[in-house]
Amino acid sequence: MTERATVDVNSADELRERTARLLGDGFRLALVAAHHDALRVGDAAHLGDDAQIRIVYLFTAGPPDRRLELVWRTDAPHPTVPSIAALSFPGSRFEREMHDLYGVRPDGHPMLRPLVHHPHWPDGWYPMRRDAGPRPPLQAHRPFPFLTVAGDGVYEIPVGPVHAGLIEPGHFRFSVVGETILRLKARLWYVHKGIEKLAEGRTVLENLPLAERVSGDTAIGHALAYCLAVEDALGLEVGEDVAAVRSVLLELERLHNHVADIGAICNDVAFGIAHAHTQRIRESLLRLNKAVTGHRLLRGGVVPGGAQIATGPDLRTVATAARDLAEVVAYALDHSVVRERLTGTAVLTADQARDTGALGYVARASGLAYDARVAHPFLASGPEVTVVTRDTGDVLARFLVRADEAQHSAALVQALAPALPTGRIGVTDAGPTGGATRSGVGIVEGWRGTIVHRVEIGPDGRLRRWKIVDPSFLTWPALPLAMADTIVPDFPLANKSFNLSYAGNDL
Amino acid sequence: MTVLVALGQAVLLAVLAPYVLGLTRAVRARLEGRAGRRLGQPWRDLRKLLRKPPTSPSDASLFFVAAPPVLLATSLLVAVAAPFVATTSLAGEADLIVVVGLLLLGAVALALAGLDTGTAFGGMGASREMTIAALVEPTLLLSVFALSVRVGSTDLAAIVTAGATDPASVFTPASALAAAALAIATLAECGRVPVDNPSTHLELTMVHEAMVLEYSGRDLALVEWASALRLTILLGLLANLFAPWGVATHLTPVALAIGTAAFIAKVGGLAALLAAGEVLAAKLRLFRVPELLAGSFALALLAVLAAAVLG
Repeated sequence: MTERATVDVNSADELRERTARLLGDGFRLALVAAHHDALRVGDAAHLGDDAQIRIVYLFTAGPPDRRLELVWRTDAPHPTVPSIAALSFPGSRFEREMHDLYGVRPDGHPMLRPLVHHPHWPDGWYPMRRDAGPRPPLQAHRPFPFLTVAGDGVYEIPVGPVHAGLIEPGHFRFSVVGETILRLKARLWYVHKGIEKLAEGRTVLENLPLAERVSGDTAIGHALAYCLAVEDALGLEVGEDVAAVRSVLLELERLHNHVADIGAICNDVAFGIAHAHTQRIRESLLRLNKAVTGHRLLRGGVVPGGAQIATGPDLRTVATAARDLAEVVAYALDHSVVRERLTGTAVLTADQARDTGALGYVARASGLAYDARVAHPFLASGPEVTVVTRDTGDVLARFLVRADEAQHSAALVQALAPALPTGRIGVTDAGPTGGATRSGVGIVEGWRGTIVHRVEIGPDGRLRRWKIVDPSFLTWPALPLAMADTIVPDFPLANKSFNLSYAGNDL
Repeated sequence: MTVLVALGQAVLLAVLAPYVLGLTRAVRARLEGRAGRRLGQPWRDLRKLLRKPPTSPSDASLFFVAAPPVLLATSLLVAVAAPFVATTSLAGEADLIVVVGLLLLGAVALALAGLDTGTAFGGMGASREMTIAALVEPTLLLSVFALSVRVGSTDLAAIVTAGATDPASVFTPASALAAAALAIATLAECGRVPVDNPSTHLELTMVHEAMVLEYSGRDLALVEWASALRLTILLGLLANLFAPWGVATHLTPVALAIGTAAFIAKVGGLAALLAAGEVLAAKLRLFRVPELLAGSFALALLAVLAAAVLG
């Protein structure tokens, strides 16, 4: 069912040619991961000159589920890679990420600015390399080269990284004339936690809690993508019962997050009553989550090789939540001022969404019908997944996509829940693998969009590399595009309608 | 005696103002299905803030330091002079133009302070506040002019006295138009939904709050207190101009007691109504606000015309 292939690429032309052909064939660049390998196995601490940097480009398409990996090798002391920035915007971002973390220089990159690299990080220190060592002392802050927009009456509004509300840190630089935004630059990288580095050398099970904490609101999405990747690497077959439990947990996660977002969008137009009620609905769902998994954000529900729930979700609660949510949505949309605020605000066109590689409800609200539950299903015989799309690309479209998806999620939970087995099910042994290092890929449609994980597990059963791509990484660049010609006081509303993760973006 | 009554009235408003704010929040919370905070919570916040020393931005000058006292002083002056509990207090001093001028003086002081901080938010808030003020102040003036046509004086006390002694004269088409205009102007002047959202934490959407972001400690307490006072003043004017019943027209203890009770009841009722309205409303897009305010100005203009033509 799943088609997999790995191709070694030897020349720049070949890399670009294959990339262009794959993108033309409907593949998307889902992940690019660099690996610092020692040619002799087991000598991570003593890398000689023969060490190499290996770069894996993962292209995915579906349905049917296809995954193709291109591999580029370069020497570790002076690593270079031919840039594919001209072919793929996500590719250019991955290249900047590799440049900051591994020191890989992308040849022909048009704008090689720091991405992950925090302004205080010392130059020439590449934390993901095996010989990086402990962090040298921080250096003085170097300002980011923001583009200055000049002209009569143009001024800048710097916002953040510390905000007035309880939200994650991000710096936004608005160039504004009057109240109209001419240009927005988002500098987000203030929360680098070194998750991928931390995971190296730890066992599969030890890393599960890390996966659940990549982005706190996406515990199931990331844990599931991680487990699918591990199972793919180790060749573990999981049963349909496990897949069904996972599916239900994934939809429960989508449900409570969409409910919260719908309320938050209403709150941003000062329609507090809708917000108050969505918070009530969300609380009922979080309590349901607690009953099902023992954790309000569903942690612990998915484990490598299996799943674990204490009890099936109470269907009355789900039905009530879905009904109440529909009522709140209808009430909000009946309000002419609310509808006016959402309509036509921060439009992201289908072309812009496609070019930036935006995922999830953002892409679907701009008319791109992509959903990993359809493209890369892990549940073979489940109820059919409805892909909700809108084509206006504005805040209203993102609001409506969420509202519809929440209803479909509730329906999926109701369809799958009655037959769910409880307790710990699935394969429990995910021990040492023996033999060679194995790699695997996990793809999940989390509530925010498509999550892709790729793991490499050594013969000792410990992770040698774990690359995580949260949908936020690919969708963030779409936000400034959507802000063109929007007014400053509408930015928080637009931002909320995207609701991207800072933590998942900056690992 | 009149001086004592005037001062007493100012003290009453100053004490009452945070409770009015607390009432709007409590009513809103209840209507939204939340428990909400206690009525006295704004007072507790003020007490806490008043104990803290203020900080001021390194770029700020005298304007920043002076704005909170100026804002509070202008509000207190209006509270002393305008007819809230009794019409006899300082008769002749509470001229309409003086009252609107004092309110505008406070708003301008705060806008200058916002600019003075040198931050993007301060300037942004000040620019938005002045855009709104430029539309609101004429509406305030015009809507009360509509009532002064009837009385032949711009003295607020005279207008209220005329209404209190002859309640039937209040119910005219001109009054209804003026009331609607003044109500909208009040919402805008006090930064309430749908013009501004007093409870938001999103800096980029703020109007009033953006100007005062840099204030802290005692200075913030003064600004918050004055803002609550301005809300109480405008609600009180709205109440006494269009429902002048119970206002003490002579200085007897009983009349004053009735006046005080009536004032508290009317302002409380209006505050609850305001909160209920806010629950049903959503915030307008910033560029739609001038349309709303232009509409209120048109209503005020019609009120003046109606008053002049219909008498």
